[in-house]
Amino acid sequence: MFAATELNKKNQRTEKLVRILFVMMAGLLILPVLIILTTLVYKGGGILSIDFLFTNPTNGMTEGGIFPALLGTIWLVVVALLISVPLGIAAAIYLSEYAPDNWGTRLINLAIINLAGVPSIVHALFGLGAFVIFFEFGTSILAASLTLAIMTLPVVIVATRESLQAVPHAFREACWNMGATRWQTIRRVVLPNAVSGILTGVILEVSRSAGETAPIMFTGAVFFSPFLPQGVMDQTMAMSLHLFVVSTQVPNVPENLPYGVALVLIGMVLIMNSISIAFRMHLRGKKKW
Amino acid sequence: MVNDTTPAKLEIQNLNISYGGQTAISGVNLSIREHEIFGIIGPANAGKTSFLKAINRMDMFDSNMRVEGDILFNGKNVREWRNIYALRSRIGVVFPLPVGLPMSVYDNVALSARLRGIKEKAELDLIVERCLTRAALWDEVKDRLDTLGSLLSGGQQQRLTIARALSQEPELLMLDEFSIAVDPVTTMRIEDVLKELKSEMTIILVTNLVQQARRLADRTAFFLDGECVEIAQTEALFTGQTSDQRTQDYVEGRFG
Repeated sequence: MFAATELNKKNQRTEKLVRILFVMMAGLLILPVLIILTTLVYKGGGILSIDFLFTNPTNGMTEGGIFPALLGTIWLVVVALLISVPLGIAAAIYLSEYAPDNWGTRLINLAIINLAGVPSIVHALFGLGAFVIFFEFGTSILAASLTLAIMTLPVVIVATRESLQAVPHAFREACWNMGATRWQTIRRVVLPNAVSGILTGVILEVSRSAGETAPIMFTGAVFFSPFLPQGVMDQTMAMSLHLFVVSTQVPNVPENLPYGVALVLIGMVLIMNSISIAFRMHLRGKKKW
Repeated sequence: MVNDTTPAKLEIQNLNISYGGQTAISGVNLSIREHEIFGIIGPANAGKTSFLKAINRMDMFDSNMRVEGDILFNGKNVREWRNIYALRSRIGVVFPLPVGLPMSVYDNVALSARLRGIKEKAELDLIVERCLTRAALWDEVKDRLDTLGSLLSGGQQQRLTIARALSQEPELLMLDEFSIAVDPVTTMRIEDVLKELKSEMTIILVTNLVQQARRLADRTAFFLDGECVEIAQTEALFTGQTSDQRTQDYVEGRFG
């Protein structure tokens, strides 16, 4: 006959208590997301329409749509990706597959960690000094995207490195034993199995760069431009800066306009994140080892 | 028939291997002749696996591992091979833990040929079928060549690994306790294949089953604590004609 001792009962009570505590903490996380989303939908949902997305702002930006800003953000993000993805993936491959464990490698890793920790306003000033002035790109999509690319490089590098490291080492050795070079091994075995992780990192970068304001406001984004950008040397409007402007810099803006802009911006990020999650679930379904 | 006048495939001179100061192999001298099956027996930690790793220069990937002494493959020091990949592609290796690469069974076996630049489907098909047949796996997988190699059972993966090693058309095949993950019946089938392969290549068979060495090896070396205690004709070793008492004790199962 078994009976629960006093100690058993006490342990069980503690277990229940701790569990409730953790559930509450985790539940708290949902709260800010819910509040932000409901506020945005409630206050800004009404202004959303096809016209809002695809027309220019009018009447001193107090009316009309957000098309130049929307298109500008897409420009900025795409150009930033074109720069940082090849660079980041190449760097991560070197660090994960080639780099010897010595002080040089440790220095590079330290640099990456530090790069991730630099505040975005410092990146903005660096971009202004380096790309706008020194390289004479002027305030342009190119300068702003380069700044965004450098800022988000650590995200791509770390995500890529982690997913390369997740491919078991035995696979590499089996390839090397057959006389495959490191690159043949990477191309045929390591990279194909790391793709999902790398793409997740890329999409994270997209959401991050779409939302950043400081790095682009000195380097390529403008308050208002009646023209759509034609190339990378043009200035452009951007969603994040436009939100800042209509919320604080322009008088007599109807209340629902900034909320609408914020809703579109957050919607872009949420859509990208959902794609990332769906993609990961799809790939996880095809377990390879 | 292999005899004393057969040229040496592999010449090991004064080989020392250590891992961060810890000796794994010390002072090993031996030569392995062409077309022989050279057995290596010995208890765990005798340095058998380190010995194999030094031969195809896998020490390059382990910064802890230090190799001293000379290993001559076809008369040329493996450390002087300018193209390390050419060296490795001539040496097939099968390690105790099977590794099915995360690609289809077909791609697993075709990989080595593709690395050599072979692209024609017909030629690849031929290589895949021949190697899988030799590794006693063809009948089990011929209808599902597109399943992932890494999802086969352990024993099947081991035979896949053997098929992959054979697909290199190696001059030297090194097997490290290949039968650990394979059932006895399949082991016997693979052993039969190895006897046939002898006419095409040199085989080093590291095994913890002394009877397996007895069945297959022309000569057998006994490794103990990083030392090569004795090398002898296999039959001599198993009929009591040993020059060292420790060898005698080991083959008769008194330790190890």
